[in-house]
Amino acid sequence: MNIAVPIKLVPDLVEELELNDDGSDLDHDALTYKINEFCDHALEEALQLKEAHGGSVTVLALDRDEADKALFTALAKGADRAIKVTGIDENTGTLTAAHAFRAALAGVEFDVLLTGVQAPDDREGQLGVLLASLLEIPHVSAVSEVSFDGGTVTLHKEFAGGVLARYQVAPKVVLGIQSARQAPRYAPVSRVRQLMKEASLDEIEVESPTNTSPEVRRVFRPTAGRGAEMLAGTTEDVAARIAELVLAHRGAR
Amino acid sequence: MSASNVLVVAEHLDGVLAEVTFELLGLGRALASAAGGKLEVALLGSGMDQAASHLGGADRVLSVDHASLRGFHPEACVAALVQVLTEHPARTVLTSTTSMGMDLAAALAVRLQRPLIAYAQDARLEGDLLVATSQLYGGKLLVESAVEGDCVLSVLAGANPAAAGRVDGSPEVVAVAAPAALASCRLQWLEQIKPPAGDVDITQETVLVCVGRGIESEDNLPMAQELATALGGAVCSSRPIVDNKWLPKTRQVGKSGLRVAPKVYLALGVSGAPEHIEGMKDAGLIVAVNTDATAPIFEHAHYGTTEDLFDVVPALLERLR
Ligand SMILES: Cc1cc2nc3c(=O)[nH]c(=O)nc-3n(C[C@H](O)[C@H](O)[C@H](O)COP(=O)(O)OP(=O)(O)OC[C@H]3O[C@@H](n4cnc5c(N)ncnc54)[C@H](O)[C@@H]3O)c2cc1C
Ligand SMILES: Nc1ncnc2c1ncn2[C@@H]1O[C@H](COP(=O)(O)O)[C@@H](O)[C@H]1O
Repeated sequence: MNIAVPIKLVPDLVEELELNDDGSDLDHDALTYKINEFCDHALEEALQLKEAHGGSVTVLALDRDEADKALFTALAKGADRAIKVTGIDENTGTLTAAHAFRAALAGVEFDVLLTGVQAPDDREGQLGVLLASLLEIPHVSAVSEVSFDGGTVTLHKEFAGGVLARYQVAPKVVLGIQSARQAPRYAPVSRVRQLMKEASLDEIEVESPTNTSPEVRRVFRPTAGRGAEMLAGTTEDVAARIAELVLAHRGAR
Repeated sequence: MSASNVLVVAEHLDGVLAEVTFELLGLGRALASAAGGKLEVALLGSGMDQAASHLGGADRVLSVDHASLRGFHPEACVAALVQVLTEHPARTVLTSTTSMGMDLAAALAVRLQRPLIAYAQDARLEGDLLVATSQLYGGKLLVESAVEGDCVLSVLAGANPAAAGRVDGSPEVVAVAAPAALASCRLQWLEQIKPPAGDVDITQETVLVCVGRGIESEDNLPMAQELATALGGAVCSSRPIVDNKWLPKTRQVGKSGLRVAPKVYLALGVSGAPEHIEGMKDAGLIVAVNTDATAPIFEHAHYGTTEDLFDVVPALLERLR
């Protein structure tokens, strides 16, 4: 089966998240972007499925500074084709992105589309579910343990408390991958560099869809929470206070 | 006055209503009252009569009963909800950010051609506008959005009190005929699989020492275990630790793990993503150890320290000896 995987670059949460001057958005220029961790899982699962059953893996990303590197990295890991989707604002909302991917996918053969289950910057719901709905094909989120059997796809969906349900579906289908069967592989840096020199990315230009995102009024840091009382002093002071608090709240045993 | 109604999508597993349903009913009631509309709840399943008797928090139950709704079935649920909303229009549809809600919210938004605001921790009406605050970037930032008219709101599980929506007794139950589409779904639900019982039931422990990614390596787990033993409790973890297979799934706290409410919860190297908070916010005492002063866990903890966990834990063990 042929698998398509859209990958998303998201702000690195280890860095301070700077806001723009009018507080309506992040200051995108001041951020470092990295691939969403769940996309790595989706790509890993796609590669595992290809290795077990044949077929191909195509990765797609919206055009932005870091997209080339992410796409070449996917090729270095074993993807067959990498497509940069151009003509659309890189910081667009999820629904607009879903429209762009629908248009781009018209030129891509795929049976199964694997997305990451979610991204930390998504205010409009999961792209995978939006895209499946636009394409009028089934979707399942929070998926693990995908397998192909002849022409059908079998998968597990995770619920609270470790409960799973098993489903079967004939392509086409969109699955939101929660975790791959094994930890995502690394691509050797030398291989990525080599591909950046020797290989090329396909480009598909789409007509920029009208932005339908709900209006953003403001972006701000949470301060309303009750907030923890921060413990002061040396490590020993802190440890002593924690011990005291824990023993007092634990109660008699 | 249908336009001002609020529809809550009830969630259940095997007919047992999920806590989040009551959270949504509480929020839904506030929105419906402000708009002067009714609060309705969609109950989708097969042989669900029992569940309606816990939905007294709503004005009406709109129920769809069909064999294809026996297990959670995204395709069937979306088709059924579109039918419910066609017969009983509602301005605001409330779903949650759970595994189930994730498959419904965006699909409904596309099918009904209305905007979706996801990860909302609260929502209110300002005149004609619905204003909602979403938690993004793992809880590090809040975004306030406004929409006019119909919308779908996907509400963070655990962000609103369940007590506000928990009212026993059944309101009027209106049956909505299952749409024909339910007989021809492409997706097939095969079976439900319960997790195997673990060695320790973390939902029953008084003290939990939770390790997050900050623990760095499987080799450091014995240190956490030693601390848990010294405090008379057990070790639990965030999701990445379980994904790495360092601990079994039965030790995972959060959205796709277990909800716990111990007397004491000591979080070591846990950032406090909403998916984690949902599972432990009701602990009696929450103490967080995290070197990042901006980690969202500090919004939810009672006490915190930015000391390195690899300094604090040995010092604590020393104390307890
Ligand atoms: C559908 C879905 C379901 C999910 N379900 C769950 C769930 O059930 N449970 C869950 O936990 N997550 C769940 N997640 C994942 C969740 O979004 C977060 O990714 C996860 O909770 C992060 O785990 P963490 O805090 O351990 O790791 P990180 O977010 O990586 O945080 C590690 C923290 O450790 C701190 N740290 C590092 N070194 C040290 C040190 N030496 N001393 C002190 N602090 C240190 C860092 O500052 C950082 O804040 C789910 C996600 C999705 C999409
Ligand atoms: N702008 C985007 N570009 C590429 N992939 C995306 C984009 N937005 C979402 N995705 C895919 O959808 C997954 C979940 O992200 P989100 O829909 O933003 O929650 C990601 O892991 C990607 O697989």
